[in-house]
Amino acid sequence: MHEYTVTENVLRIALEKAGEAEASRVTQINLVVGDLSGAVPECIQFYFDSFSKNTIAEGAVLHFDRVQAQLRCRSCSTPFQPENGIWDCPACHSQGIEVVGGRDLYIESMEIE
Amino acid sequence: MKKIEVVQDILEANESIARGNKQLLDQHKVFAVNIMSAPGSGKTSLILKIMAQLKGKLKTAVIEGDIASTVDAEKVQEQADAVVQINTRHMPESCALIAAMVDQALKSLPLEELDLVLIENVGNLVCPSEFALGEHMRLVISSLPEGHDKPLKYPMIFADAHAVVVNKMDLLPYVDFDLGAFRRSVEGMNPGVTIFQTSCKTDEGIEEFSSWLLQQVKAGN
Repeated sequence: MHEYTVTENVLRIALEKAGEAEASRVTQINLVVGDLSGAVPECIQFYFDSFSKNTIAEGAVLHFDRVQAQLRCRSCSTPFQPENGIWDCPACHSQGIEVVGGRDLYIESMEIE
Repeated sequence: MKKIEVVQDILEANESIARGNKQLLDQHKVFAVNIMSAPGSGKTSLILKIMAQLKGKLKTAVIEGDIASTVDAEKVQEQADAVVQINTRHMPESCALIAAMVDQALKSLPLEELDLVLIENVGNLVCPSEFALGEHMRLVISSLPEGHDKPLKYPMIFADAHAVVVNKMDLLPYVDFDLGAFRRSVEGMNPGVTIFQTSCKTDEGIEEFSSWLLQQVKAGN
């Protein structure tokens, strides 16, 4: 739901980097979005198409690399992914878990001309 | 065509403003609490109860975040030493407060006279967890009618909380809320969390929570 701010920042960072590289066009932006970041790629794309109009990033392809939620059991250290909102360890059924991955929200790279 | 490496956190700009907010608060020895919950969990009611308990002990300001309306700000006006209303409807982000909005709000508060700022975030269990505001404490309120499964549906806000208040305890006889299951899932994902049980109707747990908060403010300042 907070994709408005996310997308504004994506465009700002992309235009800054393109400026530094003296690019005339941004053709692709590669983003890494974790399942626990709360950001929805389709929604970022929707805002991006609108915000990027009349900039050198207009028409750029947004490529999303999704990162799944990664959890680890605090008792037996088993790594696992939550399924259907169940966060119990599948090995020892402990509820003591830590989030080790899936909160990512960053621009990995971009393609420019 | 040329590929360039970027590797930049998209919300770093917000983090940076949040760090500035925290610095400003620390300079003035003001403790800030980011209060988050779903709509209707009792954020405003709890704020009123806390302020009544802390009256005479701490100078408290409230920053009210809402999509529209000033009803909450009007409610807390009498109790608070200062109130700022942020309406997010015309702001770039409407589903959560972001650090830039709090930065603006802090500029209109008499920080040198204050000890505590209670920031009432927009009612939402998803977006507020992604935006640091510069707070010293993240407080999440969950109320009995919402059900005990909320930590599993919205894990990040509970995993990052310093304290969780289970509110509307007076409704326990009437709703199927499994307190044990709720506590186990919150403590499971967040072993350092402190959980309180309150009712703004009967005042259950209000004194206990307010004294704990007072201690935290004194230790923090």
